Amino acid sequence: MNNLVVLPLLIPMLGGLITAIFRKNIIFRRLLSLLAIVLTGAASLLLAAQASRDGVQLLEMGGWPAPFGIVFVADMFSALLLVTSSLVAMACLLFAFRSIGEHRERFYFYPLFLFLIAGVNGAFLTGDLFNLFVCFEVILLASYVLLSLGGTKIQLRETIKYVVFNAVSSMLFLVAVAYLYAVFGTLNMAHLAQLVAEAGQSGFISVIAVLLLIVFSLKSALFLFFWLPGAYGAPPVAVAALFAALLTKVGVYAILRTFTLIFYHQPGLTHDLMAVLAALTMLLAGLGAVSGKDIRSILSYNVIIGVGFIIAGLAVFTLDSVIGSIYYLMHDMLMKALLFLLGGVIIIIVGHGRLQEISGLIRNHPLTGWLFFITALALTGLPPWSGFPGKVLIIRQALAGGAEHGGYFWLAGIALLSSLMVLYSLLRIFINGFWGETVLPRAMEKGSAKGLLYPCLILTLAGALLGIGAELFYPYIALAGNGLMNPDIYLQAVLGEVI
Amino acid sequence: METLMSILIGVLFTIGVYLILERKLLRIILGSAIISHATHLLIITMGGLKKGDAPLLALGKTSYADPLPQALILTAIVINFAITAFLLVLAYRAHGELGSDDMESLKDIEHE
Repeated sequence: MNNLVVLPLLIPMLGGLITAIFRKNIIFRRLLSLLAIVLTGAASLLLAAQASRDGVQLLEMGGWPAPFGIVFVADMFSALLLVTSSLVAMACLLFAFRSIGEHRERFYFYPLFLFLIAGVNGAFLTGDLFNLFVCFEVILLASYVLLSLGGTKIQLRETIKYVVFNAVSSMLFLVAVAYLYAVFGTLNMAHLAQLVAEAGQSGFISVIAVLLLIVFSLKSALFLFFWLPGAYGAPPVAVAALFAALLTKVGVYAILRTFTLIFYHQPGLTHDLMAVLAALTMLLAGLGAVSGKDIRSILSYNVIIGVGFIIAGLAVFTLDSVIGSIYYLMHDMLMKALLFLLGGVIIIIVGHGRLQEISGLIRNHPLTGWLFFITALALTGLPPWSGFPGKVLIIRQALAGGAEHGGYFWLAGIALLSSLMVLYSLLRIFINGFWGETVLPRAMEKGSAKGLLYPCLILTLAGALLGIGAELFYPYIALAGNGLMNPDIYLQAVLGEVI
Repeated sequence: METLMSILIGVLFTIGVYLILERKLLRIILGSAIISHATHLLIITMGGLKKGDAPLLALGKTSYADPLPQALILTAIVINFAITAFLLVLAYRAHGELGSDDMESLKDIEHE
């Protein structure tokens, strides 16, 4: 029992409730939101330290032991994601202070922001499948309102599509939950894992697993990403960055968790399906990114490529490739937030996102330009930036063959090709937007970039630290990967008192 | 009884999907509401349909209904209520702002 485990959920939730009451005082709301995020980050760091020192941390809600009550579990994997998401949230919040506008601030931007963080942290921590559904819904409801807040035409249209499609996919999630309950009579993830391991993963259970995979693919934009470019292009920059960094990654987390803990007995079916989905995702989204004409749509397609790459690591399914996936997941959260914030700075300066009409920004905005260049290199996976360790681990394992096969050569090839597409699409923004003649004099700029680059610098530094200090972080990430590949550690921690 | 419920759930899903594929926004919302009802029925059916008392073993009850699916449904209903309410408000606002409830006519809105 460790009451610390609930804090990353509780602090933003309370912060959100309190900021919702004080509607008039914007300065107070800003300070309180920042305080809540900082405290969440501190609790997450403490949790990570405990998880690395003493193993998996557990909280049984109301004192009910594992299969009967709801448990919160913080293993190394969850703790690492908590720390990363707190960092991303802080950067997006600082960016929002300067850019979101007083109108949105008055209409409950900060409470919704904090509720979204509470939902994300809850999803990372919970050890119960139905509770995971509830956390998804907390995230989604907050995101619906954040997406439509402001009420511009394009926001309204995209929110309608986003809500309807998410409502349906959530129902599919519930259908899968109902089937699992019918088969096993439990929804505790550790208990499910134990029962599936005992009974063997028969065809019927695999069908449920694939249904869950479809649901999480919808949420994380793995292959079923038709909704993402529109939805992420509509809201203000700070919101889009938060969505890009956290929302899809919660779906990715759910895939990583369920398919290493519960449904890992038939990798020939489920994980091969993931390999195909990941390859198609990288190819199709790569084409989308390369052919984009608008900064927003190019960046959105880049989010999808990242998701494909992480799942490719899981599909190969060896210890090193899963470690690579975790590495890449953390890197992707940081860098996608950074990418969206920097793209947002360009859009704020120029006033629109049409690539053809932007040129020569580097003369007046050198720092933005070079940060964007570094981000592009990091996302491509060039050493020493943070994308490199993850990519090298995944691709080396894919070439070495993975757990089941003679080789995942095609997957490795497509992954490398998609990296090239990322580089091309981002350098196109860089070359088009920053090189060339300066057509936009300082006096004509639509908005000011003043103060917007501090959060970007924080994320760049964090990314550089993750890349250059890869050796430093490796033990923790290896511990997380080890925990994923050996479900017994998780089972022992959660069900230890009962078995 | 379970078979009958399964057929009913299937019919509800069919209607919901049909409505969601319509062009009018209100029908889409109704469709998503019907799909959520079908899902709730599915959960209760999957928990096993049987008569019985509340599960209070200390009072010597031997035949009791499974309380967990009911708790799950209650949560799911509340969530879906919130989503449907939000969707209706959104549709009202969108109708005022965009001047149409036909999804087909919303295609060519660009960034201001």
